[in-house]
Amino acid sequence: MLRFIIKRLLVTIPTILVVITISWALIRLAPGNFYSGEKRLPAAIEQNIREKYGLNKPWYKQYGKTMWNIIRHRDFGNSLKYQGQSVNNIIWRSLPVSATVGILAYLLALIVGIPIGSFAALKQNSKWDYSSMALTMLGISVPNFVLGPILVLVFSLSLYWLPPSRWDGLFSRNIILPVLTLSAVYMAYIARLTRAGMLEVLRSDYIRTARAKGLSEKDVVIHHALRGGLMPVVSYTGPALAFLLTGTVVIEKIFALPGLGNYFIQASLNRDEPLIIGIVSFIAISLLLMNLLVDVAYAFLDPRVRYH
Amino acid sequence: MDDNDPKIAGDEKQSELVWGLDVTPEASPVDPGVIAVGPEMAVAGDVHPIDEGEFVRGSSLWRDAWRRLLKNKLAVFGLVVVVVISFAAITGPAIIKAVSGITPDYIPTDDIRLVKSFPPFTGPEGKFSWAHPMGTDNAGRDQFARVLQGGQISLFVGIISTLVSLLIGVSYGAIAGYVGGRVDNLMMRIVDVLYSLPYVILVIVLLSMFRSQTARGQLVLLFVALGSVSWLTMARIVRGQVLSLKNQEFVLAARATGVSTPRIIFRHLVPNTLGPVIVYATLTIPQVMLTEAFLSFLGFGVQAPLASWGSLAADGAQNIAIFPWQLIFPGVTMALTLFSLNFLGDGLRDALDPQMRTD
Repeated sequence: MLRFIIKRLLVTIPTILVVITISWALIRLAPGNFYSGEKRLPAAIEQNIREKYGLNKPWYKQYGKTMWNIIRHRDFGNSLKYQGQSVNNIIWRSLPVSATVGILAYLLALIVGIPIGSFAALKQNSKWDYSSMALTMLGISVPNFVLGPILVLVFSLSLYWLPPSRWDGLFSRNIILPVLTLSAVYMAYIARLTRAGMLEVLRSDYIRTARAKGLSEKDVVIHHALRGGLMPVVSYTGPALAFLLTGTVVIEKIFALPGLGNYFIQASLNRDEPLIIGIVSFIAISLLLMNLLVDVAYAFLDPRVRYH
Repeated sequence: MDDNDPKIAGDEKQSELVWGLDVTPEASPVDPGVIAVGPEMAVAGDVHPIDEGEFVRGSSLWRDAWRRLLKNKLAVFGLVVVVVISFAAITGPAIIKAVSGITPDYIPTDDIRLVKSFPPFTGPEGKFSWAHPMGTDNAGRDQFARVLQGGQISLFVGIISTLVSLLIGVSYGAIAGYVGGRVDNLMMRIVDVLYSLPYVILVIVLLSMFRSQTARGQLVLLFVALGSVSWLTMARIVRGQVLSLKNQEFVLAARATGVSTPRIIFRHLVPNTLGPVIVYATLTIPQVMLTEAFLSFLGFGVQAPLASWGSLAADGAQNIAIFPWQLIFPGVTMALTLFSLNFLGDGLRDALDPQMRTD
């Protein structure tokens, strides 16, 4: 197991460096500069800016300095637009918002998706199966930026039940609509994956054995079938986290939440170079580490993977 | 070719292979016109020589798949909806222009009372009117024409980007699978690494940094960005197929007769992977369309004056409190299209590759 983790880490670390390098290169290769706005700057001022941000040095020195600061000091520098704020500061401040919404949405998706998928598999080809699968297909097909405003329209602007936007911490009614919007698509995916996994498992020999030895249907499903049937859901967690991150970008924009995604969009629009590199690196690191975690969990749950 | 041609008549084996029946062409005393059964039963009576054999239609993979697809009601529904929406998107704006003279970007500047957002089927002074069945947007532009034109762009982006990903993914996967060994290992490691990248985030950086001055330029950038990130799964699928095909006799035969490696890959192997490739391509189109809409929604994708369903939805989402129809029409049209494409893709998968079905 340790060897497996070390082997995976050896792939993960270069990947993170590749991501940082790609985003750095994209920013540097793009025409223009972060200070090139509508107005042309006087040459002397431009010279000063270039000096201050080290832009007059050769590119490999700039690259080396950025990478060194990130690797050695875990420092992404200061934001160019949010004056006097360090990138690290912005990331740590906005992360809890995104993480809270993302994790709650995924948990909700698991709680709702797994039972729906299992029921559909147990009652295969029934009305329940068909209608729940059509419903999940709808969940996959309705983009969250359409669903979100429609939920706001119904629950906030027509029924006045829930606030339409703003962040007010974990224990507030503000969080309900964002979480619901974000989790819809994952509910659908998880329900479909659970159904597929369960159908496969329910046909296998060990389920027949479990039934033959006289276990109740409830025990067969909960103790035997679910464990194998949920493997696709476990392996989906990795990609789901990636999509969750992009999902939160939209959700944060719709509901005006001060999360990582919102800052990322602002940074991209403002060409706030240190903040872009900081958030991209942070997302890449957390994504890859989560993927590693998922793989370890998978290997732990399925012994066949470990010895492969 | 004559019936008595020794090559055909003498070779009983061959006629068995061709018609799947133990009947040689000479042994057909019955007049073909007499037999009144379906074509699949009529073989014994009216066996023709091969060159006039339009009657001897084998049940090919595609024919079987098509029949299976037609049995799947949801897939047929999907197919019909996709065809109708595509047709409406392609011809709609031109028809609207011919009927009422309104183009998707027409702003009624001559009458200032019309430069505002009307609800569906409503004209000035709140009267019923056929002029704008989906209402108008903030500038008084016809929403119906805009949704149809947006559909053009959305479908176009979906199809072109899928073709780009098809081109890259199929070549990459086929080469990796056929060459094998260390090359395969390296190529697939690269795919693994790319897989774990937060690619939408990188696409946003790319699109915002290289933001084009023209709407067309941005569209091209979008194709490149979407196509270049959505080929990974395709490469894996094709590689898997090629791996299972490359040791079969027909490849050996091709190699023995001196066919070059690129020709083996692209003329002999790739056509045989077509089933799964078509299925996955059909499922890639909605994914790409969704990503495009997502990017356009955030303001990185399609730029004005062009519009896609995503950018229309973005405008609508801002006015959801007062003008909900601005979001609902593009949003629902898009959801319906994606829904249908997904069902069509699922149906195609069940039809083309029954072993892949999950139920």
